[in-house]
Amino acid sequence: MAELESVGVLEKKYSRRTFIKGVIATGATVSSASYIVPGPNGLRAATVQSSTERLITLRVNGQDRRVDVLPHETLAMTLRYKLNLTGTKLGCDRAECGACTVLIDGVNQYGCSILTHQVRGREVTTIEGLEDADTGELSVVQQAVMDEGGFQCAFCAPGFIMSMTAMVNQNPNVTREEARHALSGNLCRCADYDKILTCAMRAAELARSV
Amino acid sequence: MAERLVGADISPPDLRAKITGRARYAEDFRAPGMVFMKLLLSPMPHCRVRNVDTSRAMALPGVIDIMRASEVGEPSDRPSEEMLTDEPKYEGEPILAVAAVDEETAAAAIELIDLDLEPLPFVLDPLDSLRPGGPNAYVGGNQFSGQDGWTEYKWSQAEFDAIERGEMPNPLDMPVQWEKGDVDAAFAEADYILTEPVVHQSLTHHPMEPRSTMAYWENGRPFVYVSTQSAQRTKMSMAGALDVDPEEMTFVAEYCGGGFGSKIPGHTHMALAPRMSQKIGRPVMHRVTRYEENYIGRARPGFQSWVKMGFRADGKVTAIDLIIVQESGAYGASDYNSAANIADLAFTPENMRFRGVSMYTNTPPKAAQRGPGGAQIISMLEPLHDKGMREVGVDRLQGRFLNAPVEGATFGPRNSELTSIHAREALMEGAEAFDWETKIAMSGQREGSKVYGVGFGLSPFTAGSRGYDGLMVIRPDGRLYVYQGVGNLGTHSIADTVRPGAELLGLNWDQVEVIWGDSSRGMPRTSIQAGSQTTHAHTRANYAAAEDALRKIRLVASRRLGGSPNAYNVDNGVVSGPGGRMSFAQVAEAAIQMGGELDGSTLPDTISERETVPAAQRLAGQGLMGVATDNYGGSGSIYSWQSGFALIQLDHETGVVDILEYVGWADCGVVIHPRSLNAQQLGGSIQGMGMAMTQRWVFDSRYGVPFANRLYTARPPGFHDVPLQMTAGAVGIPDPQTPIGAKGIGEPSVGAGAAALNMAVMDAMGGNCLCRTPLTPDIILAELEGRPGPWNRLEQLVG
Ligand code: FES
Ligand code: FES
Repeated sequence: MAELESVGVLEKKYSRRTFIKGVIATGATVSSASYIVPGPNGLRAATVQSSTERLITLRVNGQDRRVDVLPHETLAMTLRYKLNLTGTKLGCDRAECGACTVLIDGVNQYGCSILTHQVRGREVTTIEGLEDADTGELSVVQQAVMDEGGFQCAFCAPGFIMSMTAMVNQNPNVTREEARHALSGNLCRCADYDKILTCAMRAAELARSV
Repeated sequence: MAERLVGADISPPDLRAKITGRARYAEDFRAPGMVFMKLLLSPMPHCRVRNVDTSRAMALPGVIDIMRASEVGEPSDRPSEEMLTDEPKYEGEPILAVAAVDEETAAAAIELIDLDLEPLPFVLDPLDSLRPGGPNAYVGGNQFSGQDGWTEYKWSQAEFDAIERGEMPNPLDMPVQWEKGDVDAAFAEADYILTEPVVHQSLTHHPMEPRSTMAYWENGRPFVYVSTQSAQRTKMSMAGALDVDPEEMTFVAEYCGGGFGSKIPGHTHMALAPRMSQKIGRPVMHRVTRYEENYIGRARPGFQSWVKMGFRADGKVTAIDLIIVQESGAYGASDYNSAANIADLAFTPENMRFRGVSMYTNTPPKAAQRGPGGAQIISMLEPLHDKGMREVGVDRLQGRFLNAPVEGATFGPRNSELTSIHAREALMEGAEAFDWETKIAMSGQREGSKVYGVGFGLSPFTAGSRGYDGLMVIRPDGRLYVYQGVGNLGTHSIADTVRPGAELLGLNWDQVEVIWGDSSRGMPRTSIQAGSQTTHAHTRANYAAAEDALRKIRLVASRRLGGSPNAYNVDNGVVSGPGGRMSFAQVAEAAIQMGGELDGSTLPDTISERETVPAAQRLAGQGLMGVATDNYGGSGSIYSWQSGFALIQLDHETGVVDILEYVGWADCGVVIHPRSLNAQQLGGSIQGMGMAMTQRWVFDSRYGVPFANRLYTARPPGFHDVPLQMTAGAVGIPDPQTPIGAKGIGEPSVGAGAAALNMAVMDAMGGNCLCRTPLTPDIILAELEGRPGPWNRLEQLVG
């Protein structure tokens, strides 16, 4: 009987899984596995309870910022929840989408997949750091996006803009094909890819004329 | 002369905020004393919570409280979704919520909760539930009606025997069925009949921004910050969920990182954070992770279908017989109905039979996804239509032209009419932009192991609605402030729907201020942001308000300057006529002095009393108010059309498809914002390509657990999945039934993109229709090599 069989299958599965002990008979700890990703060091939430924060200095957008950081804390979390730099987005928290992209010493990296402690002494740039703080002038990439009306919902935009920034800094003569490759670590669910590439080419053009 | 606003590329006013990190999405808001909430998700696809012991969790330092299902809903045996449940119907359904001082403590507390669960039978594939004696998704059965409660709907063994033999089953008394014309007679007379089973996968929406919420209460009033497609409509549903007066709530939805149908009037779990906050008396952040988004974030329902199509020798489709078994998830969906209507509309068979059943399954909940029903059926039927053209020897494009509807066409069981149809123009102008003649000559040509394929699709979807309100004020600074209740979901419609009205008032765009996303500033009665209705509905509503403002401006001028009101004209923020001229700033001042209807102190009785009146009352006395309901009327359904053309290369050694070129062409009336229109067309088309090829809806059928539960495994298209350069354009013929002439376009593109790709793959396989999605290399290779795949032809849940 199909119904009974499916129940039996479940029983086997859940009694086998080591972190669930005897769900059916006695009740047990169930992992919903739904919460924050353990992070690259694989720490689980229950074990991090005992870990302690340490006060460190970060160099973010040209400023020294003093902040208490857990050993396993990701840069994206520190930026968003401790430094109130919420321009860096979390789309997946697991190196799948690029919404969290920031620059570390000018190189684009996923902020969700790098530990805050790893960037001590390094130059961190976020989307908030691209505008000229004094004049409000946009960076060439931001200006290019304004010119071309880039993005739809724009949740991916900060990440893309950071990747584009690294790209044009490295090679202002980038071709459309190369730009696609350089930006392929970022995902746009609205799939505004065509316009994003047009923005990238405009950014390269502006970068060349600076 | 003020600039033309309609038809110009003007970046939306929120773009600078979006690209400097200032735009605040729901998870970007903070409040003093804010704590975090996490959900405990069901580890089983169907079970009953026998007991929960929270004592160890509550003892953990930092844990504040736990909320159970009984606190947020009544247990019921209806298939209605609650925020939390003690009888989860899918793996990942939230059972309870924990609030703690930080997110990690909340997560750790969830680890410490002792759950005693009773596993229940479950089913993933609808056909399993249709089998005699097969399992049901609910204890009571697999069909529910208010009248009869739970019942079982099963097919007889004879249907499954027919399916085994490769025939179309002939189930009687399906829950939904309609017929028009004489289908059997039409098949009897047909020159060619094609019968195919077709499988369309289900797929998760996965908007880039997960559905996080932040909320707090002050003095008994809620403040909520959400991610939603709509604003005013979501405000109303949130007020209902919290049981508060909507005007007592501050509702903030300034930005939304995509919804695609999954966040239309908000979503079920949106009210959890405000409920928890109400319970514990502290601000609550509910940060939804990608993993959770996979479960509670909605998915498009898949179809298992049989299609029989009759053709005349000249290529005319004369009959369609369509059966759809819909994978409706834990709480139901209705895509199959629109799919049937759109099949009738898009191919004009004149004789059509539809039989459908919506099957509950123990998979994550389904909801409208961009072009619901329409996208699936166009993606499924275009390749079959193409196959028919090959069989009867009619040119593929000409045959599609022949079967596309023209002005006056009716469709569906009620023979619905449309306001305008320019499907054929969209098809042929798209073909021209694609350079059809050159491309079709490449079809089937080989380069090493790679074969060229050409495909296309012609896809309709709803594109408008009528009767909403517009609200605007010209203030003493001389600027026009337009109050929008539409959501900011990435379509730019918060701004673009303002343009025709602003143009009527002779304003330059820098004289216009759009106010959106914050209910405390005033939101009129507004449509939901779904069904691509916003462009049509709110260009009209704002135009109505602008006409009201224009009338009042002329009234003020004639009272101050003399002469007849109608002798006054507006341009560049100035009204001028026989008695002289006044700036809009002076007009606004005068309106405030004159009061009455001019500054909104008295309001028309045609506007929504419940929604627009309170919004207008907030703004009364601040300037000259334009406020009105769209009374332009009209008859017939409002649909837009999208054609899509793809050139691909299929590698016969690897099964990998490379999409080389894509062209999209729209019939959506007057074009308001060309660049944004093209982005909608191409973005939607790419989502369609994802639906056809890259995305996955894969389950472990033994345990009822989804494998494709993250972006990497669910695979929305990335940069390398799409052509380097794409083209889009529009027919541009105004819809005669709306003063602006514009219709929406968000949705038909999905079906066009998917159909073009499906058909192109078929073309590159010499006309062999796989008739299933996703078109993964594995599936394509198995077919090319003539070996059976490791799946049943009709199986859902593989990819
Ligand atoms: S949030 Fe870091 S890659 Fe997605
Ligand atoms: S614009 Fe929405 S995800 Fe890129």
